[in-house]
Amino acid sequence: MATSAEAVQIIKPATPPLDERSKYLRKLVVRTLEGGERGHVGSSMSLIEIMRVLYDDVLRYRPKEPQWRDRDRMILSKGHGCIALYVMLADKGFFPLDTLDTFCRRDSILGGHPEAGKVPGVEASTGALGHGLSISVGVALAVRMQKRDSRVIVVLGDGEIDEGSVWEAAMCAGKHHLSNLTAVIDYNKVQSAGPTREIQDLEPLADKWRAFNFGTVEVDGHDVEALRAVFHRLPLVQDRPTAIICHTVKGKGIRFAENDANWHHKSKINKDVVAKLYGALEE
Amino acid sequence: MRQTCLNMVHELAKRDERVVFAGSDLSPGLLADMKREMPDRWYMEGITEQNLIGMTAGLAKEGYIPYANTIATFITRRCYEQVAVDLCLHDLPVRLIGNGGGLVYAPLGPTHLAIEDIAIMRALPNMTVTCVCDAKEMVRLMNATLDWPHPIYIRLAKGGDPVVSREELGFAIGKAIPMRRARSKRSAVLMSTGVMTTNSLAAADLLVKDGIDTSVVHFHTIKPLDKETALDFARDAELVVTVEEGIRIGGFGSAITDVLVEHLGTAAPKVKRLGLPDEFPHNYGLQDDLFDIYGLMPNQIAASVGKAVQMKNKVA
Repeated sequence: MATSAEAVQIIKPATPPLDERSKYLRKLVVRTLEGGERGHVGSSMSLIEIMRVLYDDVLRYRPKEPQWRDRDRMILSKGHGCIALYVMLADKGFFPLDTLDTFCRRDSILGGHPEAGKVPGVEASTGALGHGLSISVGVALAVRMQKRDSRVIVVLGDGEIDEGSVWEAAMCAGKHHLSNLTAVIDYNKVQSAGPTREIQDLEPLADKWRAFNFGTVEVDGHDVEALRAVFHRLPLVQDRPTAIICHTVKGKGIRFAENDANWHHKSKINKDVVAKLYGALEE
Repeated sequence: MRQTCLNMVHELAKRDERVVFAGSDLSPGLLADMKREMPDRWYMEGITEQNLIGMTAGLAKEGYIPYANTIATFITRRCYEQVAVDLCLHDLPVRLIGNGGGLVYAPLGPTHLAIEDIAIMRALPNMTVTCVCDAKEMVRLMNATLDWPHPIYIRLAKGGDPVVSREELGFAIGKAIPMRRARSKRSAVLMSTGVMTTNSLAAADLLVKDGIDTSVVHFHTIKPLDKETALDFARDAELVVTVEEGIRIGGFGSAITDVLVEHLGTAAPKVKRLGLPDEFPHNYGLQDDLFDIYGLMPNQIAASVGKAVQMKNKVA
């Protein structure tokens, strides 16, 4: 059955230009890439506005008390996009900004995939794909059993939802009417091997989530105002989990990297590459 | 044993509000009393083992102690990455109850036989691996699971298994139980796990008649392995024979051998490992039929010990 969520589809015809905050956060991503001389470039850049809106406007948390019981839980299931999470956590004071410079180094807390217990503010160790939604279902059930009002947000990649385990978890979330659970899909349309429509076509994606009993909405994942509007309406449908399909651009903000699977992950990021990345953000 | 184990989940849940049960697609009416008494702590999630493990990880992250249950091979093989990453990497206190460990499901064929579960579970950091020998010992194990701070794999036997464990010998996770002590330390030692301890005790009775005095040490916990007890019995033994209902590669016997080689070096006694070779079982029949094929019946275990002792004496 189609849900009333269809009525709140918020897709703007054109993404507004990146504002100073979005550019600043992307510069922190480049700083992190420079520190590690590697990293998932495209996968992190597509996530920036989603992370920004979550941490600036939506989530309830205490940076100096990351395990605060009544916090909202944000699980980055697409762990390879962790630089976008790291820069937000640093920006909010979970750890110092200069920790970003240690990315992927031998004794750093910041690895190429995020680890709970190591990085303040990271809820679950992810990286192997298709795990976050199931963990989030368990957390959402626990929060409900404990009669707490914490919300559970899980951010999934589009390539990630090729994994069958995601759909096991989606069925389970729908069955339990987990209205405190929201799945955010970073739908940048490009996975490691190429365009999702060629590698493993996800369409009709919104219909899939609706069929799994999620209140579902599609939104421009780089439009800060549109994202705020959607997140402030949670849950979209009473007694149902929510799926927010964010239409994004892989590598957003770096003109030469946008929509290019070759920029999914880059190693050997030297000073010249860093300069080019910073340069692109000034365009 | 299975019913006892599940009844204990209910008992523990009455005792402690953190306990929840999460099954896949088990028998109708399973733990019906628990479901009625505490419906929000009873879950049956269908044939979704990967999700089941992730879900229990999420519950454990928030302070619950989930007991997850399905057929042994499906709760180990099918969702191995979830067990590794969601449970072991996060070191969460989820308990995996595997129905029909080893060769229990003999008539159902190799898809349902958990032959390498011990090997793959013990390879995971932070995982505790248990394999008790009867229902009475299951009660003692389940009581001990409540406050164990790590994930645990609980391998179940067939059910209706003879009770050979003895309460007076005590029980602690990670502590092996000498079930029978030979009069002389220079003798054969059977080291076994699960219901193979029952068969090993029967084998020891047969060996006495042949003049071979044999100790039997029961390892209900395969990981962490009780190295001290293993070494204590092995140090002066003429022969150590390990007995397990599973594949020898990486299994219980491998764990024992590792300890003996690392700690005793060239002074280690001769070791023989009984268990399955590197193959999927080809036959059906009953569990005992497969025991017979793989030399795990009491008379066969006794014969293996007898033969190894004779060979050793010949060489000497």
